[in-house]
Amino acid sequence: MIELQNVAMSYGGGDLFSEISLKLAPGSFHFLTGPSGAGKTTLLKLCYAELMPSAGHVSFMGRDVRTMGRDDIAALRGRIGVVHQDCQFLDHLSVAENVALPLTVARRPLDARELMELLGWVGLKAQADALPPQLSGGERQRAALARAVIMSPDVLLADEPTGNLDWDMSLRLLTLLVELNRMGKTVLIATHDLNLIRAAKQQVSARVLRIANRRLQLAGADL
Amino acid sequence: MRAVLALIRADGRGVDRVVPPTGHTAWLTVLSAAAMAFLAVFALALALATGRLADRWSDALARSATIRISAPVDQMPTQTRAVLEVLATTPGIADYRALDEDEMRALLDPWFGPDLPVETLPLPQLIALTETAEGVDGEGLRLRLAAEAPGAVLDDHTRWRRPLVSAAERLRFLGLISLVLIGGATAGMITLAAQAALAANGQVIRVLRLVGARDSYIARAFVRRFTLRGLSGAALGTVLGMIAVALLPEADAAGGFLTGLGFEGAGWLWPMMIPPMAAAVAFAATRAAALRMLRGIR
Repeated sequence: MIELQNVAMSYGGGDLFSEISLKLAPGSFHFLTGPSGAGKTTLLKLCYAELMPSAGHVSFMGRDVRTMGRDDIAALRGRIGVVHQDCQFLDHLSVAENVALPLTVARRPLDARELMELLGWVGLKAQADALPPQLSGGERQRAALARAVIMSPDVLLADEPTGNLDWDMSLRLLTLLVELNRMGKTVLIATHDLNLIRAAKQQVSARVLRIANRRLQLAGADL
Repeated sequence: MRAVLALIRADGRGVDRVVPPTGHTAWLTVLSAAAMAFLAVFALALALATGRLADRWSDALARSATIRISAPVDQMPTQTRAVLEVLATTPGIADYRALDEDEMRALLDPWFGPDLPVETLPLPQLIALTETAEGVDGEGLRLRLAAEAPGAVLDDHTRWRRPLVSAAERLRFLGLISLVLIGGATAGMITLAAQAALAANGQVIRVLRLVGARDSYIARAFVRRFTLRGLSGAALGTVLGMIAVALLPEADAAGGFLTGLGFEGAGWLWPMMIPPMAAAVAFAATRAAALRMLRGIR
């Protein structure tokens, strides 16, 4: 699905990481962990082509993202749902409009009933007409998840999706992500929350990757 | 132009909705486009009026000439007769006649007032002539006049016609240059306003790219908005400019050059071109600015 081959990333002359190879198979569930500043967010950005690697290759469905034009990358993002750390909503649009935004920009028809079902799935039916600044942290994360899956993407990438949430809300969000994986979606979650990873492993077969010393490693059995 | 029309016709409400209103750039763009269109109407009026003037002077003066007879009073009738006889047998002359005292007085009125006793002044006799389309051989006529009436001098107006026509043509050129400059200034102003709007919406644009929006989709929201603002502002400015031009004094009333500034007949259609041209300029300027900015965002 998404493949990184000997990828390196440099900022300001220094390597953030290098020689990273990773293959996200269809339907797989991965966690990406590591200390703050290790490059988890950067690695995710490489996966949805917001950044280009300093070296190596990133490919999606066998196609190198370097060979893709801007419109191809836009189309690629319709197949990759992303839950950003800071959610990134358009504050002048309602929650429902924000969730439907990927459909709007792709000029695809919007089924209001399906949209409300999706909002119901993430528990935000009552907040459909609210503006993003009126939502709590947990509600924002769930709205971001709904927006990430509305195009029925093949891959779901989540960057610290539970970073600002309490434990109950984190588990609720995790359950939604596991549900999506059971529906066949490939899931990659960047997090430094080891408790979340342990909770997930009770529900799903997940591989845990760790960025340490500028390299990507498979985490130990303790996780 | 087709792209501009398609853009205006298309239902852009969905596109407009994703980009928030851009505050002061909205009315600033409309106001600037209106001001530029107002000036463009005057520049166009100047170009058309000076064009007409140049054509009129060139055409009218090219086919007329004057013969001035300066001779002692007792020889004046003889020389006048001789000149008229020469003119009667000169090919290329359509019409000629000696000006009478009333016509001479009318010519001098602007300088000396209406009560000038023309008959007491030693004025030369003037003979006005009109050439045929083929024209007259000026040098040949001069030689014949010198032989038959030594006091007669042929003035074919070349001496002062050329600088006048040249001045009018330069004014027309300046009017056209003004139109080009106004168009350039409009493009620059709209580009700045569009860049300000794009910069103010940097976060919105990033989010749109991240959820899969194509550059053309994002640019369309801004292009449509600024094209419509350019069009509406220019339409307003054009209407006001045309009203102002229509209210200028009639050319015949005062007879001066500037009072002739305006449009005649089908010439009133020319200013109608200004709003679509402004819309086209806004379209191109905003699209270029939007795509330039989007290239910096993955």
